[in-house]
Amino acid sequence: MSDQKKNISRRKVIKTGAAGLVTAGVAPMVFTKGAWAQEFRNDPKGGDVVLGFNVPQTGPYSDEGADELRAYTLAVKHLNGEGDGGMLNTMQPSNLKGNGILGQKVTYVTGDTQTKSDAARDSARRMIERDGALIITGGSSSGVAVAVQALCQEMGTIFMAGLTHSNDTTGKDKKRYGFRHFFNAYMSGAALAPVLSAEYGNERVAYHLTADYNWGWTQQESIQNATEALGWKTEKNVLTPVGAGDFSQYITPILNSGADVVVLNHYGKDMVNSLTQAIQFGLRDRQANGKNIEIVVPLFSRLMAQGAGENIKGILGTSNWNWSLENAGSAAFVKSFGAEYGFPPSQAAHTCYVQTLLYADACERAGTLYPPEVIKALEGHTFDGMGNGPTEYRAEDHQCFKDVLVVRGNQNPTSQFDLLEVVQEVPRSQVEYDASIFGGELGPYEV
Amino acid sequence: MFSMPKKDAITFALFAIVVLSMPIWLSPFGASYPGLLQKFAIYALLAVGYNILFGLTGYLSFGHAAFLGVGSYAAVWSFKLLSMNPILAIAFAMVFSGIFALAIGYVSLRRSGIYFSILTLAFAQMSYKLAYSVLSPITHGENGLQLTLQDPRVIDLMFMERGVSLPTSSLFGIPMNGYEGFYFCAVILLIGFFIAQKITSSPFGMMLKGIKSNEDRMNYTGFNTKPYMLTAFVISGIYAGIAGGLLSVTDPLAGAERMQWTASGELVLMTILGGVGTLIGPVIGAWIIKYFENIFSAWNESILHNVFAFLPDNVEGIVVLISSKFVGEGWHLTLGLMFVLVVVFLPGGIMEGVRRIASWFSRRKDPTKDQEVTDPENMPKPSSKKGE
Repeated sequence: MSDQKKNISRRKVIKTGAAGLVTAGVAPMVFTKGAWAQEFRNDPKGGDVVLGFNVPQTGPYSDEGADELRAYTLAVKHLNGEGDGGMLNTMQPSNLKGNGILGQKVTYVTGDTQTKSDAARDSARRMIERDGALIITGGSSSGVAVAVQALCQEMGTIFMAGLTHSNDTTGKDKKRYGFRHFFNAYMSGAALAPVLSAEYGNERVAYHLTADYNWGWTQQESIQNATEALGWKTEKNVLTPVGAGDFSQYITPILNSGADVVVLNHYGKDMVNSLTQAIQFGLRDRQANGKNIEIVVPLFSRLMAQGAGENIKGILGTSNWNWSLENAGSAAFVKSFGAEYGFPPSQAAHTCYVQTLLYADACERAGTLYPPEVIKALEGHTFDGMGNGPTEYRAEDHQCFKDVLVVRGNQNPTSQFDLLEVVQEVPRSQVEYDASIFGGELGPYEV
Repeated sequence: MFSMPKKDAITFALFAIVVLSMPIWLSPFGASYPGLLQKFAIYALLAVGYNILFGLTGYLSFGHAAFLGVGSYAAVWSFKLLSMNPILAIAFAMVFSGIFALAIGYVSLRRSGIYFSILTLAFAQMSYKLAYSVLSPITHGENGLQLTLQDPRVIDLMFMERGVSLPTSSLFGIPMNGYEGFYFCAVILLIGFFIAQKITSSPFGMMLKGIKSNEDRMNYTGFNTKPYMLTAFVISGIYAGIAGGLLSVTDPLAGAERMQWTASGELVLMTILGGVGTLIGPVIGAWIIKYFENIFSAWNESILHNVFAFLPDNVEGIVVLISSKFVGEGWHLTLGLMFVLVVVFLPGGIMEGVRRIASWFSRRKDPTKDQEVTDPENMPKPSSKKGE
């Protein structure tokens, strides 16, 4: 009896001791937080506003990264009143005057994400801690976007996501300081399914090859859900490593699997390689279940189409934006991008350019660079004239809602850039979903 | 236990001063920000530990990145499951990397020379591939292992409420992601350096050096060299594990790319660039490579235009065009060139360069004195080196 008593008391002593240590440790952090109401990290205090462009300059998504960087430098020019102003003239409502942000000149620093979470966070930290970057923007992979977004939330630095298509970015991993203009995998599925049904019928067996990270997983899931709702069956889903280069070992089993649609959940150079190899293996010349085998690439871009060349013809997919769209915003952007670089911009370039302008505009509307106020200005903001028609930054998950393009590899391209034809502009109402279905929490305004 | 020869004590004191004052003397180089300073301390520790194996025994391991990765994962899991306390995380990293090193070392050390290197390389690549495929429930594959709001964090949550935002690792309230994190890493680096010094001057260290100069002779004189080798392998694996743990402490995200063979290769480069077998050399090598990786890779053409602005316009254009190939994404090219130059002209690494300059000066001062100012113990002997 006495032994037991002794035991309990000793345990108690250790427990309370440890509790004391931990609370003593945590307490100062709790009190100092929020004590600097209007002071924030990297306040330029009247000097230049520094933007941090974190894009993949090496690795499987480097083509997209290079194009993103072109768009960013163009956006900085336009914000500072140089060049022809691009979308500054078509954006509605717009508070941008071409005199920088809040009258302060805009400059930028760059970093290489290497499409690796580690490297991306390193370069983001360098830009925030050393170069005084006020925001971080860019990225061409959802794995990277989620990792950098979490870092930015910790640092209290706004992250304007570039090309990231996973549901997680504004779903389960959404953050108060992270914003995404690009569309996501759910929207791709919702937009693509009716077109697939019309083209290929409702009795199909799909075989998925999926990039093995959060983007691939959510896209595969979204496409599977959308197509199974049509009545399709899913034969198999095979995960492939990012940057694999050789996909032949994944493609040969498809031939005898009984599947008649192959869904390639790949992006960038991976997609170029897997599609090229699928066609070299003669997938499209074969039949299964009495039907021609079809290939679907749910997320498409012109850069990838360029890489895949002939092979892309007739293949269906979705896109956030295409340079051939005929609206004032797109025309203005394509014109100034073309004048600067001599070729039309990709969808990655478009989303990054728009994100930069949206951030600048939000600062003007908030009247301050103080991040929590800028965040509030972006949340629920509706705008037009940026190439996608009327668009809303939904407050609940910081996801932009707008029309989605279903595109097809052009059968008869008129130029080397005219590679995608827009099959359908799927209205926003058809791809909208409830913010709560993916879970996740935004977190606090003040960090 | 803490007594050491005067020379070692001076080295340690100087090293401590250099490391702890890094935030000051690195600022003219644009490298004085917490993110990079932490990396300097962490990779220096990794190189010091690697040198215990490669420098002392001459066994070239191409698999140390695996231990770095294991340490990182162990630390993040300790954050997720138990507590945000970095000491606990480091302890976890040590235990797991130690076990891992024991297993890999036991198998790999059955061979020596090139076969040993290839075995370690194979194991490291295997761990890397496993982290991406079979083990992805533990490692979260390509996404990287990250903290979430729903983590159990059993110990922390016993004493406080779950916060609204992600926790950061903190040592009893001192956050580990700023300069404090650097000093935490620096202190661990100094402890690691001290232990490495002790090992080098101990009978155990002498034994390892004996293995390096001639393992067969050691065997013939009646020593079983295998246990010594295994111990050295595990110690250096634990060093790598601590380094991995520290990477997670300063930035709680672990990615499988830390285990890739390029990461192991980088470590070999660091050691050779700085000077194999010396204590300070690998640290300098680590700093140079990390500096290049973070600073040179961030240079773009506009920065180059500023640097060469003093040149006439057309000359400037050409100079910028050529030099832009060596910065930014081309920084590997610069590193490769530098590595080739160092290996060809200074086989002993940068430390040999330092010694040559020192002896050159002392000879000029006193021409009668012989050039025996170098420390024979730290001098690598290329003729008797293994695995070259």
